[in-house]
Amino acid sequence: MQISFTLNGRPTTVDVEPATLVADLLREQLNLTGTHIGCDTSQCGACVVHLDGIPVKSCTLLAPALDGATLLTIEGLQGAPGSNRMHPMQEAFREHHGLQCGFCTPGMLMTAVALATEKPDLTEADVRHGLEGNICRCTGYQNIVISVISGAAAMNAAKGE
Amino acid sequence: MKPFAYHQPNQIPDAAKLLTSIEDSKLVAGGMTLIPTLKQRLASPVALVDLSKLGDLKGITDDGATITIGAMTPHVVVAASQLVQTKIPGLAALASMIGDPAVRSRGTIGGSVANNDPAADYPAGVLGLGATIVTSTREIAADSFFLGLFETALEPGEIITAIRFPVPLKAGYAKFKAPASRYALVGVFVAKVADGVRVAVTGAGPGVFRVPPMEAALSGNFDPTAIAAIKIDTDGLTSDIHAEADYRAHLVTVMAKRAVDAALS
Repeated sequence: MQISFTLNGRPTTVDVEPATLVADLLREQLNLTGTHIGCDTSQCGACVVHLDGIPVKSCTLLAPALDGATLLTIEGLQGAPGSNRMHPMQEAFREHHGLQCGFCTPGMLMTAVALATEKPDLTEADVRHGLEGNICRCTGYQNIVISVISGAAAMNAAKGE
Repeated sequence: MKPFAYHQPNQIPDAAKLLTSIEDSKLVAGGMTLIPTLKQRLASPVALVDLSKLGDLKGITDDGATITIGAMTPHVVVAASQLVQTKIPGLAALASMIGDPAVRSRGTIGGSVANNDPAADYPAGVLGLGATIVTSTREIAADSFFLGLFETALEPGEIITAIRFPVPLKAGYAKFKAPASRYALVGVFVAKVADGVRVAVTGAGPGVFRVPPMEAALSGNFDPTAIAAIKIDTDGLTSDIHAEADYRAHLVTVMAKRAVDAALS
């Protein structure tokens, strides 16, 4: 079947089998390998993308769900247009050492951006509750939580500029 | 995952017709249970009938003494709904505890209730509140809807369109979750309604069930102390790698007390 959607701001049309998972479509067919597949059982969150602005696990999403929708992947995260900078949440993860091996980071960032967009003044409890579906096997949660709080504040500040 | 045909009907009768005319077809709502099942090849339907294009199955309406939640309403919407938070805070709390944020974005109330997973949260809320399951053909009381392990009163081709919840005097939910899956090892929903108290337990056995001795005790005195000494029989409870039946039985009392606490707070 043919599906059309907006992928990181660009209109995209692809031919897919209905039994295609969005994570596989992104990685195998569209060569966007920033979306990681960790557990492939909807538990680890490395594959989180935004479907119409909402964080979802792309390993548990069938490609037909994309038709007519807007999809944002980790490749679509960016700083202010024209600045060639990273997204404030990415900057915060770098600043606060919010990653070790980095495998879970794309999913952490996508979940964190969605969290911060929904609630700008995040508390530590909000972040820990909000990251329940993202697993870091390096177990570096402490710095991830610090990064998300800092990144949310930076996103908030950027919005006010 | 084995290949399948994909249908996205716009009307409920079309969806029902596809479901009955294609042998071995399955409905897909949010897909949070079905897609993992397909991936593990525990199911291999020849066709999926996707309910997402059926426009009027989403949303929450205030009917005064009841609240109606459309079958395709995702958990995140129920959890964040001002209306549900005000009128049935225990139900909003239950929705906010399902899975994780990404699962709550996609998973739907209709999908959860139709699937009737023995450890799912919603069946406890639906049975605990004595809700009504509205389908494409009729209305079914919660008490006669849940028939056991993944079994419901739904007929082939019958589609849940909404769940209608009576607004209780008080209600609360407490669960002890399995840390990886966040399914309920034991979850208890307690509701004080006009004609008494209802206590519904999920996760402990092969299907959601009520606890009449706790209901009787709480009807006399709606306080955690009223049920502290009530023990659940371990006969028929689940024993698995996560917990033995006697531990689950113990948790039922503990969670029921916490649910009453939640209802009173």
